Amino acid sequence: MTHRTSDEAFGLVVSQTVGPFFQIGFADLYQNDLTVPGLGGRAITIGGRVLDADRLPVSDAVIEIWQANSFGKYAHPEDVQDKPIDPGFTGFGRWATDANGTFSFRTIKPGPVPFSAETSQAPHINVSIFMRGLLDRLVTRIYFFGDERNDADAILNLVDPERRSTLLAQPDSSNPDSYIWNVILQGPDETVFFDF
Amino acid sequence: MLPPLRPYRRPAPGIQPPHLHPDYVGSIKRAPSRALVQIPQTLSEITGPPSPQLKLGADLTRQGQGSPIGQKIIVSGRVLDEDGKAVRNTLVEIWQANAAGRYWHPIDQHDAPLDPNFIGKGQLITDEEGRYQFTTIKPGAYPWRNHPNAWRPAHIHFSLFGPAFATRLVTQMYFPGDPLIPFDPIMNGIRDEAVRCRLISSFDWRTTIPEQALGFTFDIVLRGRLETPMENRP
Repeated sequence: MTHRTSDEAFGLVVSQTVGPFFQIGFADLYQNDLTVPGLGGRAITIGGRVLDADRLPVSDAVIEIWQANSFGKYAHPEDVQDKPIDPGFTGFGRWATDANGTFSFRTIKPGPVPFSAETSQAPHINVSIFMRGLLDRLVTRIYFFGDERNDADAILNLVDPERRSTLLAQPDSSNPDSYIWNVILQGPDETVFFDF
Repeated sequence: MLPPLRPYRRPAPGIQPPHLHPDYVGSIKRAPSRALVQIPQTLSEITGPPSPQLKLGADLTRQGQGSPIGQKIIVSGRVLDEDGKAVRNTLVEIWQANAAGRYWHPIDQHDAPLDPNFIGKGQLITDEEGRYQFTTIKPGAYPWRNHPNAWRPAHIHFSLFGPAFATRLVTQMYFPGDPLIPFDPIMNGIRDEAVRCRLISSFDWRTTIPEQALGFTFDIVLRGRLETPMENRP
């Protein structure tokens, strides 16, 4: 077998598993506190567990998040909305699960970002999940339970109503700024994963 | 008024390896059983993280007190999109086993020596033409427990972001002529042989340094844009 042939010079390079040893390459850019001094918005924590088909904890997953700031603006040149940026807030986090399959992020609740020129999306955080056993990443979103904008969200409305709750982070009964969001990889209540 | 979004092309069906690939035993309890929900690309998917401050260098042979054991190699190439346009200023992360096939990781218990002069991790940002270059040693093959007498072909793990959440890629680079490649369930999760071959590097005289290191090139093609900007519709 050889490298690509010239007639498909720009054929897509596809995914392979991150494997069990990603910590070697990823740990230097682990970041589970996205907040910076002076950051506007409502500080929250989001934590949970990653569980497999047998409800056993996945102790070797890495989760990356990507989100807008509290105004609903992404730190990216293609977000040309006339909204304030937060210097130092990248909107990116990366963290690995521990032996109990647990992870957590400290961040701010994002604001709504556009869906179309006329409509907005409900506040959400974009998520990539990588692990041994997965040849390609899983992509999902974290929405916020009780946010009145969820009902009109175009992406949530593409999801079977019975499965939407898997995308909703639930506020902790003792601390409304602390949310719980679990990832169930497989089974009756499996998390909704996206393709785009 | 916002300009129309410029979404990325979807990979052709069956190009990406499936989540459930039973020959890769680790997928059986971890792959979702339900179909992925197809969604349109929105501002959330066509934006992505800015490149961070680097914490590591691109020469993996200079991270210890002395030189690591093994065949020194130069791994270089370009990061492009499907239209051949350079993906500039984007983060590339790599990690790999040492020359004996052992990772610098507590859960790797393969009975092969660690090399105190080789941790096996590197980072860089692509240049204005999408070019990258790492100096490292050729990793060894190593056994795993997927099936009896299972060995992974020698490989280097690559992680790239590209310009958007939609272009995120984690993959592995293999070496030409490796006899283990045809038997590897991870490689064979990719159904199309021509697509598998895109993950195999090429030996390259131009980047081979006399008396020092063999050159291997590996061009990495990320998702390109749809030709026509589209109004975003569900």
